[in-house]
Parts: sequence; structure tokens; C-alpha cells
Amino acid sequence: MNFDDTPEEAAFRSVARAWIQANAPRELEAELKSGGFGNNGLKSVDPIQVAKAWQKKKAEAGWACLHWPKEYGGRGATPIERVIWGQEEGVYGALSGLFIIGHGMCGPTVMAWADEATKERLLPPLASGEHIWCQLFSEPAGGSDLAGLRTAAVPATDGSGDWIINGQKIWTSGAQHSDYGIVITRTDPTVPKHKGLTMFWIDMKSPGIDIRPIKQANGQSGFNEVYFTDVRIPDSQRLGAVGQGWSVSLTTLMNERLSIGSGMPTGFPELFDFCMNLRTEDGLAIDDRSVRSRLAGYAVKASGLKYTGMRAISALSKGETPGPENSIGKLVAGATMQELAMYALDLQGQAGLLSDPTQAAAGARFQQMLLRSPATRVEGGTDEILRNIIAERVLGLPGDIRVDKDVAFKDIPTSGRG
Amino acid sequence: MNFDFSDDQKQLQDQARRFLADKCPTTAVRAVLEGGQTYDRALWIELGEMGFLGAAIPEEFGGVGLGHLELCVIAEELGRAIAPVPVSSSIYLAAEFLMAAGSEDQKRSWLPKLASGETIGTFAYGEGLGRVTETSIKATVAGGKLSGTKSPVPDGEIADVAVVAARDGGKVSLYLVDLNGPGVTRETVESIDPTRGQSVLTFKDAPAERLGPAGEGWRLAAEVMDRAAILLAFEQVGGSDRALEMGRDYALDRMAFGRPIGSFQAVKHILADMYVSATLARSNAYYGAWALSTGSSELPVAAATARVSATQAFQHCSKNNIQVHGGMGFTWAFDCHMYYRRSNNLALTLGSQSTWEDLLIDRLRQRNDTPAAA
Repeated sequence: MNFDDTPEEAAFRSVARAWIQANAPRELEAELKSGGFGNNGLKSVDPIQVAKAWQKKKAEAGWACLHWPKEYGGRGATPIERVIWGQEEGVYGALSGLFIIGHGMCGPTVMAWADEATKERLLPPLASGEHIWCQLFSEPAGGSDLAGLRTAAVPATDGSGDWIINGQKIWTSGAQHSDYGIVITRTDPTVPKHKGLTMFWIDMKSPGIDIRPIKQANGQSGFNEVYFTDVRIPDSQRLGAVGQGWSVSLTTLMNERLSIGSGMPTGFPELFDFCMNLRTEDGLAIDDRSVRSRLAGYAVKASGLKYTGMRAISALSKGETPGPENSIGKLVAGATMQELAMYALDLQGQAGLLSDPTQAAAGARFQQMLLRSPATRVEGGTDEILRNIIAERVLGLPGDIRVDKDVAFKDIPTSGRG
Repeated sequence: MNFDFSDDQKQLQDQARRFLADKCPTTAVRAVLEGGQTYDRALWIELGEMGFLGAAIPEEFGGVGLGHLELCVIAEELGRAIAPVPVSSSIYLAAEFLMAAGSEDQKRSWLPKLASGETIGTFAYGEGLGRVTETSIKATVAGGKLSGTKSPVPDGEIADVAVVAARDGGKVSLYLVDLNGPGVTRETVESIDPTRGQSVLTFKDAPAERLGPAGEGWRLAAEVMDRAAILLAFEQVGGSDRALEMGRDYALDRMAFGRPIGSFQAVKHILADMYVSATLARSNAYYGAWALSTGSSELPVAAATARVSATQAFQHCSKNNIQVHGGMGFTWAFDCHMYYRRSNNLALTLGSQSTWEDLLIDRLRQRNDTPAAA
């Protein structure tokens, strides 16, 4: 049992480290380190421009999309090499946030379902950061119940074979910066919901697409609503067969859950530092027995996640597929951060109310965590959906009884009050 | 990176699991619980013969000479089976004290007999209500004779030898005391988990031989208790997993409202949360195992982390196993309460959860203050 690299891993790490040291935008290091929650914190420069520049530089040297095949602009690296790269890229990895959806989800979906000419055209500029992609899945009426989506694609009446799309998507990260997207639509409402779906890739500059940022509960705007009004898409942009959209979407979602080794933050190190320095009327907060007990509880959660990640990396290192224990990361991290942030505010007394960074303790970091963490518990699978996944796929418990299973989509009730 | 047990260690674990499934079904635990015996003597001797007790004891002292990673996987299986044997007192504590601080003679006298199971050891340090601290230890040694009262002492009724914390004038030292010798009175007292019983030991001029340097007793105790905490964490992880399986199996079988209760989200989510706490505890226990086997300077942090996390998990899993079982879980006939009892025993036996939480924060703080920390 050890944490050491194998000789091959060590060799890869030293090459990666040397390249990063020679090429990373070091002038941004301090700013990136102080990044907030929900954005990369860059204010001195255009975050889109620096992200694209860093991605282009990586692509030219063969460090973009490590897990992709070389012919599409990747490196053909092993999963463990991808993890090592992430460790070495460190704070600069935050620059790539703009590309996570494209590289992690849209690209693999296109790779699995598009024809060769399309792949050769679309994938290299996605890998090199020239193009940004978004994923148009969630809808106001289809969140956890994604297959309940209503955005409709119908054949154009002019006989061109094109599709006409109408509807609304929501929670689309980066839509306002995106050149392309993948969009899942309903093409047949007369069959049960999973069977009437079809996936397309789409040019986000197409006429009829209207992108509106969502002002979030924490005041930031990282997500968008995307409205489709008579948007025309050629049939050549279809991914998979008509009616096969659900299977195509599973390719995308499986890739979402494959991002391993990128431990989710809990906020524990920040809270520990804070308590080490906070003076109360009885002395340092960390000397208070009740504070220590709370801290210990958070400490073992943060540590448990860290070493669960190490176990997953070890499985990758041996060429195995990591086990289901990885599904716990977001479930634990989101709820922990939410609770821990409120505790940090409680320790500040009434002053915990202040979220002005010039006034609030620790630069208002805990106030930011408090306001952002509800989203962590919802996005990419709610806590409740994750618990269902653990219960069903890990523990083997029965699936939910689905009352809409064999019902034509158009006949499924849409209001709980009749 | 290879943050995992080796194939050989996993094979050993599998062997221990099969052995215990055969020799230590819950009916064997129940036999002890219901008062027929104080521990499962036959199982204990067989564990010795199989080499499980001596896994981490060097061959020159009668052990198998494998190592602590091997002992960790064996501990997990003993925890899974809630084995009614004095392994924590005799192996994780007494044998570890001897290996850490014993003279050549002391090791030769005691370790082979502890490894075989022929002799049972224990550690007697607490003296009643409240957390044990260096200043709470009042037992005294004068002229090689120990006097005082230790309570509660795990496995005190069946132990042959005890490592006792006491003072000879000034600071705390450790002493080896033959519990079958003169000046020792034992009184077995009722406790929440009779399958690992508790006693009050009263010493009156009992012959005591010092173990380790004079005045170093408290430091030694802390070191060895850290090691024991990691091994106990593996027992707790094994127990957590088994409690989770029991709940899962019952939820699959038990029908209500025309469906298996495991199809209700309210029940599924209880079980999913049990899985989460058991997984966090397992990963933290691995961290402890790594520190224990490498002698890392992180051992104090790793031990407290493993201990706090494992206590949380076994408590959480054993109580929610009862919840999933509903009323049946509160019957004497079902096994749930035996896991619940054991989880509460293990949560307290080596110092309470709040004690270990305190230790964890102290140590994290020290590590933060040490610039060379990894």
C-alpha cells in the first residue's frame, strides 16, 4: 500500500510538470488561487480569451483532451495519465472550466454517434479550444425526470428532410459563449417518453435561438435559458437514429460521471484556517471544545473523500475501472459545504450577515459558499437522485415504480392538481 | 499509486471471512451474549492456530511475522462477524505494548503465548467516570507492588496479564501485572455488550514489572492506542458493512403495501446514506492502515481520522439497520441489536468519540504548524 507513482507514471508526471512550468500563464496564478465559488475569479483579464489561449497552447503541444484519440486532437493518454495531468495542472485547470462540458460530454457523444467526416470536422477545433460547446438537456419541466422533456423537433413541411425545433432548455452552462451544442428533443409524443427522443448537434448561431442568462439565487449568472423558435436543423446533424435519443444521452451522462480524481471541495481547509485564527471572548475558536467537535466531523468527511479518490486513482493505475464508491463525492461535498459555511457564519456572530468582501471575515468566502452550495446539491443529479443511484445500482434495491412507463408521452399528466 | 491492499492480503482476508462464516456465525455470538460463556474459547484458540492472532507478531516471538496490513484485513473480518473474542485487548493492545516497549525477556515471556491465544492480555488504564487523562490516573506502584482500582477493564475477567498505567512517585509508567497472581481481585460488571465483557480490577500490593522507561507511560499509551485505534477502525468498518448488508437484505425481502420495502425511497435513502458513511470510513481506515504499516509521521492524524470516521459509520449503520428492520429490529431474536451493542462498545472502549475528536483537532493543528509537513 503506497501513494507512489509507478516508474511510467513518474516519467509522465515529470514531462507534464516540466511543460506546465515552462508554459503556464504564471501571471494569473495568484488571481486563480483566490477564485470564488461558481467562477474562476479572473477580473484583470478577459477570462474567455485567456482560457482559449491556454487551451490552444496545450493543443499545439499535445496536451489537450488527454483522454481523446490523437486523430481528433487528443493525446490518447491512459485514464491515470489524465489524472496525473490534472494534479500537475493544478490551479490552471480552472482556466479550462469553459471547456469541461465540451471535452467531457459533447465531444465523447459526437465521437460515439457521428459519422467520420463530421467527427473530423467538429472534434479538433473543440479539442483546441477554438470552439466552445454546450449541452442542451434540462428543461423547466424535465430536470431529474430528464426524459420528460418537451422541446419538440418535427420534420419540415417543405420535404427538405430538415427538422424544425421549438421549445425551451434551461440550466445550460456556457450557452452564451458556445459555438455548438448537443440538443435532445422529442420527435414522437405518441410513444412512451424514453422512446420518442432524438439527439442533434446544433450551431448555436442558428436563427431562432435566443439565449438569456439566468440570474441565480446567489446573484451570479453561470447558467442560461435557451429558447428555440422555429430553429431549422438539417437531418445530417442527427446523432443516432430517430427515437434513439435516450441511448445517445446515456453516452453523455456516463461520461459526466467518469471525471475522477478531481476532488470536490468541501470548504474544510478554509474553515480550519478560519478557526485557527478567529478570536472569540474565550480565546481562539479552535480551543473551544464544541468547535473542535464540529471541525472533527467535517475533517473526516473531507479526508474520507480525499482517500476515496485515492482508491479510485489506484484502480485506474492498475488498469481497473473504479468502483461505485465514486458516486458519493458530490453527495457528501455539497451538503458538507452548505452546513459548514453556515457554521462559519455562526462563529462570526451577527457580523456573519455581511457578505461585502471588504467587511466580511475571510473575504466573504463562507458567505459565497453558503449561497452557492444549494446549487451543488441539485446540479448534475440531485442528492435524492444520487441516493437512488446508490440504492439501485450499488446496493441492488428495486427501481421506483414508474406510473408513466407504458403511457404515451402526450397522455402523461402535467399538473399535480389535475 | 497503489492505495489498496495487495492480492495476497485480499486472499488472506477472504480466508479469514470463510473461516469466520464457518466458525463464528451469529449463533456463536449469541451463545456468549446469553450468558453461557464469557467468550468463545474454542474460536479464540482456533484463531491462534490459524495464525490470525499472531499475524503482526514477529516470528522470533512466536508470531507469523506478516505485518499490520495483514492484521487490518483480519480485524475487518472479526468486526464483520462481531467475533466474541478478546482480540482488541490481547492483540491490538497488550501485544502492541509489548512490541513497542517490552524488554527482550518480556517479549519472549508473553508474545508467543499471546500469539497462540493460550494467554489473554488486556490494558487497564481508566479509573471510573469521565475521560481518561494523564492526571486522572491515581493507581500507584511502590517497591514493585501495584495498588489501586481500574474500571472498566475490557476482558478483565478472562485476561491473564494486564498492562497497567500507574505512578511510582511522579509521572505515569506502564507495568505488566500477572492477573492470576496475588493481590488481584476481579469483579465482572454488566455492560452494554457482554460479548466483550467489562470488569473492575482491584489491586492490593500486586507484583508489577515495569514495561518501558519510567515516566514514559502516558506517551507510550498514546502511541499504542493510536495503533489500536486503526485496527479497531477496521473492525468497525467490517461491522458497518455487515449492518448495511443486513438492512439491504431485509429491505429486499420484507413486503409492505404490496411492494418490497426497499422500493420506497424513504428506505432506499437510509440505506444509501449508510453506504456513504461506510465508504468514507473505509477510505479513512485505509489511510490509517497506510500510516500504521509505513510508520509515517502522519500516524497520529491518520489514527484519529480513522477512529472518528469508523465510529461514526458503525454507529450510523447499526442504528439504521434496526430502523430498516422496523419492530423486528428491536426483538431479541433478530441479530440487529448485537451489531448495535458492538458498535456502542467499540465507540467507547478506546476512549469516547469526543476524546478522539479532540485528539484529531490537536494533531491537525500540530501538523499545520509544522512547515515540513507533507
